[in-house]
Amino acid sequence: MGCGRTGAAIAGQLDQDGHKVTVLDLNASQFRRLPDAFGGQMAVGNGMDTDSLERAGARDSDAFIAVTQGDNRNFFASQLAREVFGVESVICRVKDPERGEIFGHLGLQTYSPTSAGVEAMLSMLVPAGRT
Amino acid sequence: MYVIIAGGGKVGYYLARELLSGDHEILVIERSSSRAAEINDLLEGTVLQGDGCEASVLDGAGIARADLVAAVTGDDEDNLVVCEIARYRGVSRVLARVNNPTNAQLFQKRGIETTVSATEAILFQIEQELPVTAMVPVMQLHQGLELVEVRLGETSPVVGRTPREVLLPPESLIALIVDSGGVPRVPGADTTLTAGDALVVVTRAESKGMLQEALIGGAHGFDT
Repeated sequence: MGCGRTGAAIAGQLDQDGHKVTVLDLNASQFRRLPDAFGGQMAVGNGMDTDSLERAGARDSDAFIAVTQGDNRNFFASQLAREVFGVESVICRVKDPERGEIFGHLGLQTYSPTSAGVEAMLSMLVPAGRT
Repeated sequence: MYVIIAGGGKVGYYLARELLSGDHEILVIERSSSRAAEINDLLEGTVLQGDGCEASVLDGAGIARADLVAAVTGDDEDNLVVCEIARYRGVSRVLARVNNPTNAQLFQKRGIETTVSATEAILFQIEQELPVTAMVPVMQLHQGLELVEVRLGETSPVVGRTPREVLLPPESLIALIVDSGGVPRVPGADTTLTAGDALVVVTRAESKGMLQEALIGGAHGFDT
């Protein structure tokens, strides 16, 4: 859910690895980010809407990844996927680390690009060979 | 009672105003700084400008000692997040406004039992006023249960049977029978269902299609 740079890259990789992939986005023009060779499904719709998720095949899916720009939208759609559609593996991107930590206690696997970025950049600050 | 209201739109503002006239301590959290300033003057300085979806803002609002948190913004995802964080922080009573009525099921699955939907409330009133519908919602009960009234027509498959012989969906129960003369009876072993009877039935929201099928017959949108 969410065909931005991250969503498109994840979808492209999974498709290349031979998985059956559906990308969901509100805006069809976002599908331009997908690689030319992408062989999966592209569905226009709102991932927070039960009907859209149903049409996109959420009921039969093994995994759901929410990577829209909105933390709360990602959380809402992820909980729908888990609670209503019974998707086993649900990953939710949450930019706000504080919120991400709480969501992690509420049944979701969360990933915070903010925390990951902070950690990565801080580690670069230390010159090689010094601690 | 200390009540935190997330969302200072029309619903949040009027809710706060009503509660302030009682003897409650109120705090409205509103994201937009201009709206927050606007209603802060009207609500005796009880408005906090900030994003109620952020745990630190809720902590700053003293969420740990709140008796009730009401999430009433116009976005269901924000309302869900406010309620989830509030419950995670130990608030026992949370309440959510649900803008899209189909979203109520997710709130319920997440254990947020109290949801309020204006769309659903209006729909409920309209359905109650439609005399042609054979199944009329009477009242919503707790835990997803509903009270409905079903009028038996001549073609109903249950006419001539006793209530015990009728196969109902799970967790459904005929609570009362009102005959065409307006006489109420509690269903018993010797009661025979007759065309013109109105049955008051307790059922689950998701079983209404099956209930209609069982009592009225025909393929009325069988809901599995």
